[in-house]
Amino acid sequence: MSVLSLKDVYITYHTASGGVPAVRGVNLEIAKGEVLGLAGESGCGKSTIAAAILRLLPGTTKVEGSITLDGEDVLAMKPGRLRAVRWTGASIVFQGAMHALNPVKRVGDQIAEAITVHNQAGEREARVRVGALLEQVGLPTRRAKDFPHELSGGQKQRVMIAMALACNPSMVIADEPTTALDVMVQAQVLRLMKELQRDLGLSMIFITHDLSVLVETSDRLAIMYAGKIIEEGPAATVFHDPKHPYTAALAAAFPEIGDQRFRRKPTGLGGDPPDPQEVPSGCPFHPRCPVAFADCERTVPELFPAGEGRRAACLLVEGAKTAATEVNE
Amino acid sequence: MSASAAEGTRLPKGATILEVEDLHVTFQGRVGLIAGLRGDKGTQSRAVDGVDLQVRKGEVLAIAGESGCGKTTTARAIMGLQAVNAGTIKYEGKPLPRNLKPYLRKVQMVFQDPTGTLNPRQTIYEIIAEGLRIHGIDRGPNDEPEEQLVSRALSRAGLRPPERFFLRYPHELSGGQRQRVVIAGALVLEPEVIVADEPVSNLDASVRGEILQLLMKLREDLDLTIVIVTHDLGLAWTVADRVAVMYLGRIVEIGPAEEVLLRPLHPYTKALLDVVPEAGGLDRPILSGEPPDPTKIPPGCRFHPRCPVVVSGIAAELGIEAACKGEDLALVEINPGHLSACHASRHLGAEAHATIAAVDAAIAPPPIADAPSDAAEPAPGEPEEPGESEEPGAD
Repeated sequence: MSVLSLKDVYITYHTASGGVPAVRGVNLEIAKGEVLGLAGESGCGKSTIAAAILRLLPGTTKVEGSITLDGEDVLAMKPGRLRAVRWTGASIVFQGAMHALNPVKRVGDQIAEAITVHNQAGEREARVRVGALLEQVGLPTRRAKDFPHELSGGQKQRVMIAMALACNPSMVIADEPTTALDVMVQAQVLRLMKELQRDLGLSMIFITHDLSVLVETSDRLAIMYAGKIIEEGPAATVFHDPKHPYTAALAAAFPEIGDQRFRRKPTGLGGDPPDPQEVPSGCPFHPRCPVAFADCERTVPELFPAGEGRRAACLLVEGAKTAATEVNE
Repeated sequence: MSASAAEGTRLPKGATILEVEDLHVTFQGRVGLIAGLRGDKGTQSRAVDGVDLQVRKGEVLAIAGESGCGKTTTARAIMGLQAVNAGTIKYEGKPLPRNLKPYLRKVQMVFQDPTGTLNPRQTIYEIIAEGLRIHGIDRGPNDEPEEQLVSRALSRAGLRPPERFFLRYPHELSGGQRQRVVIAGALVLEPEVIVADEPVSNLDASVRGEILQLLMKLREDLDLTIVIVTHDLGLAWTVADRVAVMYLGRIVEIGPAEEVLLRPLHPYTKALLDVVPEAGGLDRPILSGEPPDPTKIPPGCRFHPRCPVVVSGIAAELGIEAACKGEDLALVEINPGHLSACHASRHLGAEAHATIAAVDAAIAPPPIADAPSDAAEPAPGEPEEPGESEEPGAD
């Protein structure tokens, strides 16, 4: 059974200039112990989905469809139940660890607070658990007495991870957990998260624009563009053999060193990510697509089957062609 | 000043256009009032600690390294934006004059964050024309009016038709377009050299390639020399002719990109290459510890406390361990044009590459949970971000 399931989720932000459809019909299933990598550029809706799972969006935002966590409808939860589910059912590691911690409280107290507020343990027990958590994320127990400014960026991110694990959630959402970190520290934190995930059997959603990070950490990838998933499938095959031209462009943005195809040849897409208020007709990617043809302007492609366990929203994949012939017959 | 006066004799391709000799930049740490009265001097952070660098006409040189390694400070010093403690910077063989203005016309900088660089209250036209006005240029080399110079710079930077952008403000443009405006602002003065500090790290993945393509095209069309400061070795692979790797204020390896990135001689370069994410990469060894602290530079080879060659005992087998720990060394040319500042490469020559590659097997991949970053660092320093210019007040 899946830990998290999103069905036909539509999310519209309310702004002065009208509704902004950030997510336009997303379906996702995450099984127990599975890591899903959610990739896309800024404005594609990936962080909006993360926030919607724990209902962290502004009150004026319209969320349609269904989000089920451990079999429970998140959108129907009463405030009290919602507060209980945050941290214990699912928790989030945010991007800017440096801004997410309270600068005037010791980090140990901040982790302990998450535990006591959720009545997971009393004061003393919580303190013991904090020490164990810090060791789990590779920090010495004495660091609990430090204030956030006494820690480096990587250490703060480790504290955030410890906090996310404090109430034994079944699901952890990591929203760009390493973007603000240095290359060497990024590798350390990624390895830590992967190890914790494996040891604790966590289900995870890993969100970033860097496909090469996702292919290291995830079992499955879902690529988003203009509020929709445009390709999904097993991580390695999606990265190394993309079916959607956008995925190919995203993968090429992080070339492997030694790959002669990219030597002295940076590859990029023309144009900019679309404005969510003015999504192009047909396939939203067609104005930037190097292989677009006439039909792309008119037909909105659904996620067609594209090989084993894979789907892609492009009229050029095999599945789209079979679908088309069936219609003609 | 007319533009033609600036047209000097053009250097042949490959000649040294810009030279940095023994550059030192030190940041003075802050001292509180009481500590100051007690005579406390505060810590000194040697951000750039003896950098020698020759930039050749027409090349793309990438300077890579972790944050705090001094790469941005080096770039800022080249631009005259950073007071230096020692060292000379030469342009076309001559040390920089007191008045930097003529030099800055030929060497232009592109910064990381286009949004922060552009004045939000100026139109794109004003932003581009400002450089011309500062340098007192009202006519182009062929007597073109200002408007034509601005529109040429914009279209060279890929903002076409340029007239459509004249009256727009930065907030109306996308991130990629803003970075093009920044590049146009640099191009309008028809520079010889562009120094780009992380020019694409604030941009979306799909837009990055385009900006890099633009820089490569400009290099072809205008015969530009480009210095790119980056933390991303993958980016260096796609654009650079030569790569310089910096560690703790020094260049530790420099050479042709293919050599440095595919057959590294310095263990630090190897370590940086190992953490470039790709499938399966998480099982490769990762250096423990935070980026090192430039206020406490270790004696000997500055990389030795983290160096896998030393830690694995291979340095001891080679009989160079004492040198690693006690003898500072400069860059040594190992292969033609490929220099490394490492005792192992000095000892082994070109064989060093194979030795460094074999170190991974010699040390079992350290499980990271057992190697807490501060306990594993032999010289436990203050874990704050080391002293780049944007050092936060840690008091």
